[in-house]
Amino acid sequence: MTVMSGPGAPGRRGGRVADSLPTGLRTALAGGLTGALAGDADPAAVSGYGEHPPRMGFFTDTSVCIGCKACEVACKEWNHVPEDGLNFTGMSYDNTAGLGADTWRHVAFVEQRKPLAQQEPGTGGDLRWLMASDVCKHCTHAACLDVCPTGSLFRTEFGTVVVQEDICNGCGYCIPACPYGVIDQRKEDGRAWKCTLCYDRLGAGLEPACAKACPTDSIQFGPLDELRERAAGRLAQLHEAGVPAARLYGEDPGDGVGGDGAFFLLLDEPEVYGLPPDPVVTTRDLPAMWRHVGVAAAALAAGAVASFAAAAVRRPW
Amino acid sequence: MAECHPVGFQWVMEAKARGAKLIHVDPRFTRTSALADVHVPLRAGTDIAFLGGIINYVLENDKYFRDYLVAYTNAPVILTEDYAGTEDLDGVFSGFDPQQRSYDYRTWQYEGLEVQAASGERDQQYEDKAGAAIRQSGRGESHGSGGPAIPAGTPERDATLTHPRCVFQVLRHHYRRYTPQMVEQICGVPPEIFQQVCELLTQNSGRDRTSAFVYSVGWTQHTVGVQYIRTASILQALLGNIGRPGGGILALRGHASIQGSTDIPTLFNLLPGYIPMPHAHANETLDKFAEAESAEKGYWADLRAYLVSLLKAYWGGAATPGNDFCFDYLPRLTGSHSTYETVMAQLAGDCKGYFLYGENPAVGSANGKLQRLGMANLDFLVVLDFSLTESATWWQDGPEIETGELRTRDIATEVFFMPVAAHTEKSGSFTNTQRMLQWHQQAIEPHGDARSDLWFTYHLGRKIREKLAGSTDQMDRPILELTWDYPIQGEIAEPDAEAVLAEINGWDSRGRPLASYEQLNEDGSTACGCWIYCGVYADGVNQAARRKPSGEMNWIAGEWGWAWPANRRILYNRASADPDGKPWSERKALVWWDEESARWSGHDIPDFSAAKSPFYRPPPDAAGAEALSGVDPFVMQADGKAWLFAPAGLLDGPLPAHYEPQDSPVGNLLYSQQRNPVRQVLPFRHRNNRMQPSHGAPGSGVFPYVGTTYRLTEHHTAGGMSRWLPYLSELQPEMFCEVSPELAAERGLEHKGWATIVTARNVIEARVLVTDRVPALTVAGRRLHQIGLPYHWGGAGYSTGDSANDLTSMSLDPNVHIQEVKGFACDIRPGRRPRGPARAELVLDYQRRAGITEQTGMEI
Repeated sequence: MTVMSGPGAPGRRGGRVADSLPTGLRTALAGGLTGALAGDADPAAVSGYGEHPPRMGFFTDTSVCIGCKACEVACKEWNHVPEDGLNFTGMSYDNTAGLGADTWRHVAFVEQRKPLAQQEPGTGGDLRWLMASDVCKHCTHAACLDVCPTGSLFRTEFGTVVVQEDICNGCGYCIPACPYGVIDQRKEDGRAWKCTLCYDRLGAGLEPACAKACPTDSIQFGPLDELRERAAGRLAQLHEAGVPAARLYGEDPGDGVGGDGAFFLLLDEPEVYGLPPDPVVTTRDLPAMWRHVGVAAAALAAGAVASFAAAAVRRPW
Repeated sequence: MAECHPVGFQWVMEAKARGAKLIHVDPRFTRTSALADVHVPLRAGTDIAFLGGIINYVLENDKYFRDYLVAYTNAPVILTEDYAGTEDLDGVFSGFDPQQRSYDYRTWQYEGLEVQAASGERDQQYEDKAGAAIRQSGRGESHGSGGPAIPAGTPERDATLTHPRCVFQVLRHHYRRYTPQMVEQICGVPPEIFQQVCELLTQNSGRDRTSAFVYSVGWTQHTVGVQYIRTASILQALLGNIGRPGGGILALRGHASIQGSTDIPTLFNLLPGYIPMPHAHANETLDKFAEAESAEKGYWADLRAYLVSLLKAYWGGAATPGNDFCFDYLPRLTGSHSTYETVMAQLAGDCKGYFLYGENPAVGSANGKLQRLGMANLDFLVVLDFSLTESATWWQDGPEIETGELRTRDIATEVFFMPVAAHTEKSGSFTNTQRMLQWHQQAIEPHGDARSDLWFTYHLGRKIREKLAGSTDQMDRPILELTWDYPIQGEIAEPDAEAVLAEINGWDSRGRPLASYEQLNEDGSTACGCWIYCGVYADGVNQAARRKPSGEMNWIAGEWGWAWPANRRILYNRASADPDGKPWSERKALVWWDEESARWSGHDIPDFSAAKSPFYRPPPDAAGAEALSGVDPFVMQADGKAWLFAPAGLLDGPLPAHYEPQDSPVGNLLYSQQRNPVRQVLPFRHRNNRMQPSHGAPGSGVFPYVGTTYRLTEHHTAGGMSRWLPYLSELQPEMFCEVSPELAAERGLEHKGWATIVTARNVIEARVLVTDRVPALTVAGRRLHQIGLPYHWGGAGYSTGDSANDLTSMSLDPNVHIQEVKGFACDIRPGRRPRGPARAELVLDYQRRAGITEQTGMEI
C-alpha cells in the first residue's frame, strides 16, 4: 500500500490538548467532549480538516450481489493483500470465512429455507441464498482510531479511517476496540490491517478496487450523502416490490457508531449475515473517563507541585 | 449465468431493475437462481421434455404469435406424405436406417420443394445434387447414392394452418403428449411451477413484448444437444421472439472469443465463415463443390464468391481461375475428425502429433483417462499454456502413473511446453456471443519466454516454409505458396495482429479494403479471409476498436466495436416489422420500411436488402438473394423462413424429441426408444470408455444417481487460468461435490467429509458439501438424487483435486460431436477412493456388478 499523506498529519492538527493522547481522543476532546458523539458529525472537519472533499463511502446493496467475489480478488490485487490459506470451510460457497488482516472484503453466503427475495409467494420452492460483501465500516466514531497510540490509524480528508503500515507498531489495541471485529493483526508481522477504502486510489480520483470490479453495482462508491439518498430510494423500491424484510444497516447517524461510512442494504436481520445488531463505539465512555482522569491528574499535579513547593520551603540550603 | 458469466450478468440485473422477470431452469440452485424470480429445478438431461411441454402449452392454448408465424416461419408449409414422426414410429422418424444408425432425410421434405439448411450438414445433399458416389466419409454422405434432382417451384402452403400435413399441425401432433403431467414425470417439475413458467413466458411475448432465452453448455453437452437448442428455436419462432429487440436465443460460450473460434474456426469441418470443409469426394472440383454446397436462394447462393475470395486470401497470386483458385490445396475430410475421434486415432496409433493451444483435455474433456492414454501414444505433444497443466504433466504424475497403468519410462511421447502470452500481452480481438468484435491493445510485453499464439503460429509457419524452400514436391506447394507475409514488429518479432484483421476483412484487386461481403466476387478479383467479417476493416479503419460512449449514439450502440455481418446487432431484424414493413409495435420498433426513401431504415442496420420492398415478389426464375421475397426475413435460409420443422441439415430428426441420456437411471416415458438412436457411441467402444446399463436393464441399479458437471465463478474451465492463482484458489480451494441432505442421509455422507463417486469409466473423490441447493426430485414416481460435480480440478497446480471428467464418457451428439457430460448415471459412497492399483480394481468391480460388457449401452 502506498501511504499518501504524512503520518497522521491532518489528524494531528486536531488539537494541542495533549499530544500523547490517542489521535481520536484528541479529536474528541478538540471537538468538544459532547459534540464529538453527535450523529451529524463531519468526521473530517472534526479531525481538523478545513477545506476537504465530501465524506466518501460505500453503499453495499446485497439484494443485487451475485456472490462472484470479484471484490475480494480486486481488493487483494490492488492492495497486495496476501492469500490466506486453502481452507474448505463447508460454509456454503464461503471459503474466506470472514474479514481479517488478509481479507478486507468478504462475501458471506447464507442458505435459507425462505422464498426467493422477490418471488411470487407459493411457487418455486422455498430456498434463498443471501450473498453480501462485508467490509470495514469506516465509522463516524471509530474506536480503532481512538485507541491507536502511534497515530498509525488516522482519519483521512475523505472521512475514512486508514491504518498506515509504516507507523503501526503492532500494539494491537485497535483489535478489541472495533465493534465489528474488522481490524485484525497479521500473525507474520504483528501489525494491524484493514480496508483503506483504497485511500491511494481516492487521492488519484479513482473509485476503490472492489467497487470498480463489482459487475452488478452491488458495491457503490460515492459521497455518503448521495449514497444515503440512493439507498433510501432502493429500500422504498424493495418494500413496494413486496420485500418487507429489506432494511438498511449502518446508515443511521444516530446509531452507536454515529453511522457508518460503509453501510448496507440487507434482506434479513444483521445477525444472519454475521453482523452485530446494535454496534456501539467501544470508546463511547472514554471522554468521560478521561475527564475524570484529567481531574484526578490535575489534583495529583497540584499535589505534586504543592509537595515540591513544600519541599522547596523545607530546603535546608 | 451469474455463476459462469458474472460480468455479462450485470445486464440481466439491469433488465431486472427495469422490471424484467427472470426464470432460471437448472438442476441446481445456483448464484443465478438466487437472483431469479423463479427457479425451476429439473432432472439433468430432460430439457426437451420441458421445452416441448411449453410448445404444447403454446399450441393448445393459442398463445403463438399468429401473424408472425404465418408470414415468417414454415408453419403453413405442407410436408410430403412420406414423412412420419415419432408419434407414428414410437420414437424414431421416417428414413431411419438401423443398420447404418442414420437417417435418410429425404422423407422430411416440403411438398414440391427440396431445401438445404443454412448451416450444419449441408453436404448431406452433395450426392443428390452433384451425383458423385460417396461412401466412406463420416457426415451425412453415408445415405446411399443417387436421389431426386431438386424440384423447382414453391412449396405448398396453407395459411389457415389447418391442413393435416402442414408443419403447424405436424408440430401439434408431435408434442401432443408433452403435457404438464408428462413434464412432471420426466423432469420432476411440479405442474404449478411449470404453469407459472408457461404463463410468464407467453404473457411476455407478442407484439408489444419479447422474451430472450440464454443457454450455455448445460444445453449443448448432451447426446441430443443440438435438438435442445432447436426446441428453444421452435418456441421462440412460435412466440415471435426472433429478429426483434429483447428476443433471440443467446448462446453463452465457454470462454472469451469462443464465438470467434467458430467464425474463424478451430473446428475440423468448417472453413472461415461457416463454409463447409470439402470432403475427399472423387473428382471434386470447385464448381461441383460450390454447386452442391450453395443454396438455391438466400445469401448462401453466393458461396462461390465467399470461397474464391478465401482461397485468394490464402494463396494470393498463386490462386487463379486456371487452377480452380487452388481449391485442391485445401485439406479434405475423410470422415469425422472431431476431438474425440482424434483421441481414438491416437490410441490406434494413427494420430502422431497434437497441438494444445490453451486447452487442457486431461481435465476438461470427457473421459480424462482416455485423453491421457491417447496422449501417451503420440510421437510429440505441444502444449501452449500459461502454466504446466495436467495435459503437460500427465506423463510424470498423472492419475495413471499412480495406479501403475502408465510408467513414465515407457512413454515415448516427446512433450514440448510453450509458455504463452496473456491477452494483456498481445493485441487482438474478442468476438462475443452477440457476434461483436472488440479489439484489445497490448498493454505490456510478454514476460520471459512467453509468446502469443499468433507469434508461435506465424514463426512456426515461417520456419517450415524455410525448411521446404526450393522443394519441387507437389505436396509442399500449398505451404510454399501461402501468403505468409505479415509484418512483424518489436524486439520479439511479434506479427502485426491488425494486418491479420485487414486480411480477414479482405481487399479488392488494387488492395483497397472492402466494406461489405456483397462486394465479394467469384472471379478472383477480391480476397477475403472470412466473408462474414468483411467490413470490420472498412476504409482501412479497425472498426472493432471503436469505443464511442453510449451517450453519443442510440440504444443499439452500433459504434461500439463491430458485429458481423455488416455491423448488424440483431440478426434477421426484418422480422421486427410486420409483413407490410411496419413495426409490430412502437415499443418494439427496430427496423421498418420507409415509403418515402423506399428503403429499410431504423435503429439497427437492416438485415435485408436495403431497397427490397416488403411487397417485392421474386420472378419464378430468380436465384440467390433475388429469390427471397419482401416477406422472407431469414435471409440465410434457403426459403427465407424460420424453420419450426427442419427438412434438412440435422442428422437426428426434423423435430426435437425427448430421449434419455446415454447413461440414465430413468426410462423414456414418451417412447420405447430410450436414447437418441443416431447418437455417436460406436466409434468410442473401448475398455476405458464403458457405458452403463440404463433404466430397467439388469445392473442399472448399480448406478442409481444422476451426476452433472459444471463450473464455478471462482475457477475457469479446466483450471489453467485459475488453479495456479492463489487469490482464486483460496476462494474454492478443492474439489467437492454437492449433494442434498436426503442423499447424504441415504448414503452416510458427512458434510465436509469425503465422498467417492463411481462410473463405469473411473472413480474420483471429492469433499462433501451437503446443501438444499441440489434438491432431490420426484421423477416417474420415485425419488431421484442428483450429484453436482464442478469439473475444474486436476492433480497439478496450486489448488488440486480429482477430475470430474474422469467419470464421463465419450458419447456424442451426432451433429456437432459434443460430449454428454451434463447428465450421467453414477454411484456415490462415503470416504476416500482407493489408492494405487486398487483404484482401477474398484472400477472393474463396479463393471462386474453391473454386468457391463462392450455391448452395454451400445444398442440403438
